Amino acid sequence: MTRIAVVVFPGSNCEYDAAAAVEQLGASAELVFHSATSLGDVDGVILPGGFAHGDYLRPGALARFSPVMAAVTDFAARGGAVLGICNGFQVLTEAGLLPGALQKNRGLTFLCQPTTLVVVSTRSVLTRAASVGAELVVPINHFSGAYTCDDATYDSLVAHDQIVLRYRDNPNGSRDDIAGVSNVAGNVVGLMPHPERAMSTLLGSADGRVLLESFVGLGVAAR
Amino acid sequence: MNYSVIVEVTLRPGIADPEGATIERALPALGFTGVRAVRAGKLFRFDVEAASSDEALANAQALAERLLSNPVIEDATARLEGEVQ
Repeated sequence: MTRIAVVVFPGSNCEYDAAAAVEQLGASAELVFHSATSLGDVDGVILPGGFAHGDYLRPGALARFSPVMAAVTDFAARGGAVLGICNGFQVLTEAGLLPGALQKNRGLTFLCQPTTLVVVSTRSVLTRAASVGAELVVPINHFSGAYTCDDATYDSLVAHDQIVLRYRDNPNGSRDDIAGVSNVAGNVVGLMPHPERAMSTLLGSADGRVLLESFVGLGVAAR
Repeated sequence: MNYSVIVEVTLRPGIADPEGATIERALPALGFTGVRAVRAGKLFRFDVEAASSDEALANAQALAERLLSNPVIEDATARLEGEVQ
């Protein structure tokens, strides 16, 4: 069985949703507190949404120095699958595991709404079971979600196929409509939308499933 | 010695600043005309214990770059205010 660690920072608030989502897909989930120095024997790690360390200073700025982040960085360097959702994406950019940064939304509005995402690359651990061009309805829930990077970083993202997901209708001012990016290898992915909140049509959308199925289907060939 | 330090963190040139833009748009309604190029930032004030003012400033600049700012989008500048008792 695929084992997923879900990191819990003080102020995380989506850890149970993330755990429930991966368990629904047949994986096991273990909550790992931010003070842990080891992730244990796991196949993947999720940094969930929320307000780690209160988002004081900047979202993710303090969380990146939590003890567990050394283990996450080692895990990522060994090719382990790492997924940052919303606040988790912000933590990964602050930690330097993903390029760019997330700024306050255009218009300074907190956004909590469904968005339509377009799959740009299926090279990442989050999208390998999806199809390029597929549209997925997944909700966002953030104040600082405008993806920002300099021109050199942007050119590198494009050259290495690191743009994973785009918004069809840019809600927050993200550069080039970017909703999610990966590292060069594709094993570390961050996105602002919440796939763990799109697991059931009864609750609005089940389009997050294909993303998390990709993530927990570690080592499984694309469908 | 203890030195009083101020660190200013500002968005790098060219990085969009929705906060500054919103402030700038609000000003004419309040009668403040002719204000341009508003950029919002953060200011930190703290004391540093160090053997010299140079050391205090170097420490402050280092911590400003490591923690107080995100070098991807922000610049940080530390300056000494003076000695404190």
